[in-house]
Amino acid sequence: MGVGIQVNQLNAWFGNTHAVRDIQMDIPANHATAIIGPSGCGKSTFVRCLNRMHETIPNTRVQGTVKIGDTHVYGNGTSAVEIRRRVGMVFQKPNPFPTMSVYDNVAAGLKLNGYRNRRELDEIVERSLRQAALWDEVKDSLKKKSGASLSGGQQQRLCIARALAVEPEVMLMDEPASALDPISTSKIEDLIFELKQNYTIVIVTHNMQQAARVAEFTAFFLTGNLIEFDKTEKIFTNPSDKRTEDYITGRFG
Amino acid sequence: MIQSKYWWRSLQDKVIVGLAAGATFVVLAPLAAIFGYLVYKGVGSLSWNFLTQIPKPTGETGGGMANAIVGSGLILLIASLIGVPMGIGTGIYLAEFGKKRFGNLVRFTADVLNGVPSIVIGIVAYALVVVTQKRFSALAGGVALGIMMVPIISRSTEEMLLMVPQSLREAAWGLGIPQWRTTLSITLRTASSGIITAVMLSFARVAGESAPLMFTAFGNSYWNFNINQATAALPLQIFYYATSPFDDERRQAWAGAFILILLIVVSMSLVRMVASRGVFKGGN
Amino acid sequence: MLKQMNGPLLKTKFQPASEVSSPEDQAAAVSRRKTALTSSRFADAAFRYLMLGCALSVLAIVVLIVRELVLSSALSRNAFGLKFFFRQAWDPVNGDFGALPFIYGTLVSALLALFLAVPLSVGVATFTTELCPRKLRSLLSYMVELLAAIPSVIYGLWGIFVLVPILRLYVEPFLAKYFGWTGLFGGPQFGLGMLGAGVILAIMIIPVITSITREVMSAVPTQQREGVLALGSTRWEMIRVGVLRNARTGILGAIILGLGRALGETMAVTMLIGNRPEIAKSLFAPGYTLASVIANEFSEAADDLHRSALVEIGLALFLITLLVNIVAQLMVWSITRGSAARATA
Repeated sequence: MGVGIQVNQLNAWFGNTHAVRDIQMDIPANHATAIIGPSGCGKSTFVRCLNRMHETIPNTRVQGTVKIGDTHVYGNGTSAVEIRRRVGMVFQKPNPFPTMSVYDNVAAGLKLNGYRNRRELDEIVERSLRQAALWDEVKDSLKKKSGASLSGGQQQRLCIARALAVEPEVMLMDEPASALDPISTSKIEDLIFELKQNYTIVIVTHNMQQAARVAEFTAFFLTGNLIEFDKTEKIFTNPSDKRTEDYITGRFG
Repeated sequence: MIQSKYWWRSLQDKVIVGLAAGATFVVLAPLAAIFGYLVYKGVGSLSWNFLTQIPKPTGETGGGMANAIVGSGLILLIASLIGVPMGIGTGIYLAEFGKKRFGNLVRFTADVLNGVPSIVIGIVAYALVVVTQKRFSALAGGVALGIMMVPIISRSTEEMLLMVPQSLREAAWGLGIPQWRTTLSITLRTASSGIITAVMLSFARVAGESAPLMFTAFGNSYWNFNINQATAALPLQIFYYATSPFDDERRQAWAGAFILILLIVVSMSLVRMVASRGVFKGGN
Repeated sequence: MLKQMNGPLLKTKFQPASEVSSPEDQAAAVSRRKTALTSSRFADAAFRYLMLGCALSVLAIVVLIVRELVLSSALSRNAFGLKFFFRQAWDPVNGDFGALPFIYGTLVSALLALFLAVPLSVGVATFTTELCPRKLRSLLSYMVELLAAIPSVIYGLWGIFVLVPILRLYVEPFLAKYFGWTGLFGGPQFGLGMLGAGVILAIMIIPVITSITREVMSAVPTQQREGVLALGSTRWEMIRVGVLRNARTGILGAIILGLGRALGETMAVTMLIGNRPEIAKSLFAPGYTLASVIANEFSEAADDLHRSALVEIGLALFLITLLVNIVAQLMVWSITRGSAARATA
């Protein structure tokens, strides 16, 4: 089951560049929330603050609070490692581990967390691949095929399976289909539709039609600020802010 | 819900960081020790005598390595005359003309040559020069060291030339400047600081070699300026004195080592200075 | 440069040549252009052939090396055949030669060096690429490279006067006391010997292995590292799964290149190994390597057979290092072409 995310006065910097400004947001559990906005508006940076990936880049700073369920992400006693296990991430370009088989790719996170039992691993790998709608395509060559030998769309679903295997509560997706062809893209979108029953999903996308298709809620970012956050329907048919209207009608970005 | 044994993993993480830092310390400790000892022992053993005198007969004190220093200079000069043109020429060929299979063959061969142990090169120089001339000579030593310089210079020259953008060459050709002129006056000029760096680095590298000199230049207790005769060389002299039973000679070995490392460090620092002035200097 | 040329050119009006000059002038101009063209074509060809000559001379050198080694070792090869490499004998007085002790010495000292150098090199590479503060990175790697600039004979000198006493007074008694049961640490403790040679070789090959390992580790793309981190891993786990694993072929190549260097090292080893052509189990015992025996005996070889045997040893050394270096190059080559490209697919 997914949990909600509460973002309070979140700010983030790259060196001296103020990339994310005073974000106040409540992301609802078990729904998909889309983050849209023009290039450079800070949407990727924002999302990377949710699982503490932003701080892995040198010279960066984060201020404010993020609560995932009952846990303070930036709390004193919270470890980044633990947060990243509970919050899964899928990147723009699929990045399966090329030296590992499909099986090992999915099991990678599990092995890090100490899973050794063969049967348990087999079960979880199968379950994750089914959830990612990849099982049927790879079940006969799980250990023979390397992660990098799959097609682009399959690789991305592999990365989703890999993220799902460690049982996260939240799934962050940073433009997951932008590097894929239309058929793979629609497969991923179907997947997101299925996944939101069990996970809270935040998806960054520059494709407004995609946001309209998969997400119940949408947030519009502009130059680091959250301009509007509402039900997707409202954002795309009757936005409250003029800047939102300008963006979705294509006047810029 | 997955329970991860986080404290254990966190401990492993910290231990590894400690081990890696420890490894770095262990590796850099000999560096400090060697340089420190060299300066300590070397400076103490340096004297005016050392820099101006030739070795005294065995057992007598007060000799020097002046002839070895000069001899090294002579041998390195010969080596450079052989190695630098051949190395740069090969580099030019590989960068400007040698893109296909023959070029790959030459590149591969140069890499092979780079990996040949220096003492084996010494044997070959012996067979080519010492046997035919029927004597040890500075020439033979220069041939051995020159051969060693070729692959180092060739590799770097090729790399530097390839970094010059093709548009520069095309601009020259478009002006009607012939290929050979373009390569020499424009491409080479642009890459010049990088190539000089490479030449100096290879020079510093072979300056310290003694194995290939052992049966080519062989060494000499007296002054010698005849390239066709056995000549003293600094690294060789250090080797002979290091295992000597005489205190004075061992002391001189340290002084010689200090001079040698000084020369190498100076050339490497010059290299850094030349390189930091930028790859694309001059010509424009 | 081109922009400057366009200015003045555009300003001049292009007039047909016939309006400007007389037929004689035109003919002269044409023939001038022709000679300029042919002379530059000639110069181009000459230049190209000159450069080709340089490249060919590299090939010629290697051919010469092989030729001289093969020719000069003929006497010995005919006398002993292949058994030369399996015999344990070295008697210049009686003309009996066998290279087995040297092969043993070379292999053992090189493997000992690898055993000591590899963990340290990978540790240093990991530290300088992933773990240490950015500002220290270039300083530390510069210092490691400085180790590579020290000539072999100076390593030997330092080894004799500093390393050997340390080994003799502290390390060897320690090893004999606690690890003597392995049988590797018996016999008299001179400091000089296989252990001393192995240690100095290790110090000498660390820079090679470290710099190539650093290169292949840096070549691993950020997406791979982030992929591991995002699963909830510690820094070490990220390095282990995301970097070292991806770079493993290149690291293996670096190790083999280090092996190649260790096999061919001459001066420092000669000064520390004790120079006794014997095969002993203990690491404290003196030994002899292929390169060392050549260094010590070549210039005073007793007779042609002796010299020929030494050249045959040189031929063997050449072939061994050739093989090792080729294998290493192939591995390092494949990492910078192959898996790095695959990882970003």
